[in-house]
Amino acid sequence: MRYNERELLSLARQPAEKAAEIRMRVPKKGSVLKKRLVKLVVNFLFYFRTDEAEPIGALLLERCRITKEEENVFSISFIEEPERKYCFECATEEQCQEWVEALKKASYEFLRRSLIFYRNEIQKMTGKDPLEQYGISEEARFQLGAHGQ
Amino acid sequence: MKLNERSVAHYATCDSPADHAGFLRKRVERHHHHAHHHGTSYQRRWFVLKGNLLFYFEEQESREPMGLVVLEGCTVELCEAAEEFAFAIRFDDAGARAYVLVADGQAAMEAWVKALSRASFDYMRLVVRELEKQLEEACKSLAACRKSPRRSSSSGRKRHLSNPALLPLQEKPTTLENGYSTWGSGGFVAGGATCTDYDGGQMKPPPLPPRRRSAAGSATGSPAPGLSPAMLESPVSPETICFSKLHNWYGQEIAVLRREWQERQKRGHP
Repeated sequence: MRYNERELLSLARQPAEKAAEIRMRVPKKGSVLKKRLVKLVVNFLFYFRTDEAEPIGALLLERCRITKEEENVFSISFIEEPERKYCFECATEEQCQEWVEALKKASYEFLRRSLIFYRNEIQKMTGKDPLEQYGISEEARFQLGAHGQ
Repeated sequence: MKLNERSVAHYATCDSPADHAGFLRKRVERHHHHAHHHGTSYQRRWFVLKGNLLFYFEEQESREPMGLVVLEGCTVELCEAAEEFAFAIRFDDAGARAYVLVADGQAAMEAWVKALSRASFDYMRLVVRELEKQLEEACKSLAACRKSPRRSSSSGRKRHLSNPALLPLQEKPTTLENGYSTWGSGGFVAGGATCTDYDGGQMKPPPLPPRRRSAAGSATGSPAPGLSPAMLESPVSPETICFSKLHNWYGQEIAVLRREWQERQKRGHP
């Protein structure tokens, strides 16, 4: 599958929502924990060798499962391959919880659900559609219950 | 740079919502290493927009995407190509190629341009934050309007947790996995519900995303709590700093609600 790697690399250089040096292990046979710079930008998690400017890899965070594992450890896996886990060992349990929380919200699908929820609540309370002012109330991406049936 | 391509391809074809889809002709970008190539050619592809990702497939029925354009940070403009109904996706990066796409007609072009220009994660996040604020403000003004939350049960409009200004808003669905969510165990988010009046006196949890129903069937309603009117009256005003009193009051209400809900569960009510 082709993709615009250049733009993704550019995205990796943007200010991150969250960044830290974390030990990471990829789901490959024989792979071990390695210290990486891990950087969350929009719905991508980039990981770098600590002294390099260009990321080794990127994970799109849609349809993924963030699991708190043992102490200081969380993992990311994807819906269609739940056994393949990217493992992250944080310095502290607190850091681990922070990352889990942040990553759970770091998907476009999460934002979409939040938006639909707020829109609905505001509509119920005020009788007004809050998206009308933006002229986007008819857009497919904001429709309540229109998706995935 | 590696990318979790298999998962990305899966996301492209799974049943999660597409924000837009349709045929577009994509300009073929050729690298002119040797002979100068005259004229441009276009290939018709099936495009699917999901969030900030634009996928394209060889055919509509193709089971895997041919390619992906990550849209974050792009601009979308009408384009003065020789083709009518052409538009371009461009990036800031100098020297980055533009994606020139051609729609079937004026309406299709406008729909695509509109959809693509609002596709970024950043934009969505902005809108969500704005609505979050608006909901908070709506709650506050509602609380200010209501001096006494006491209402008769027959009116079917009970208010719970009636001091929304002090109540931490449960703003977002509890997410177990990105792409799936459940709405709290047991379907009742004690102390965390939003401050709205719920229809018909039934307190409903936030609407479930369409694909997932919790086993307890908690989407459809919850106990009509047997709270006495006295309990509904807030012992505090928005300016109160008597936290322990407030804490006890909420705690009491939550305990009653939880008991009621558990009883209903035992009786086998949905």
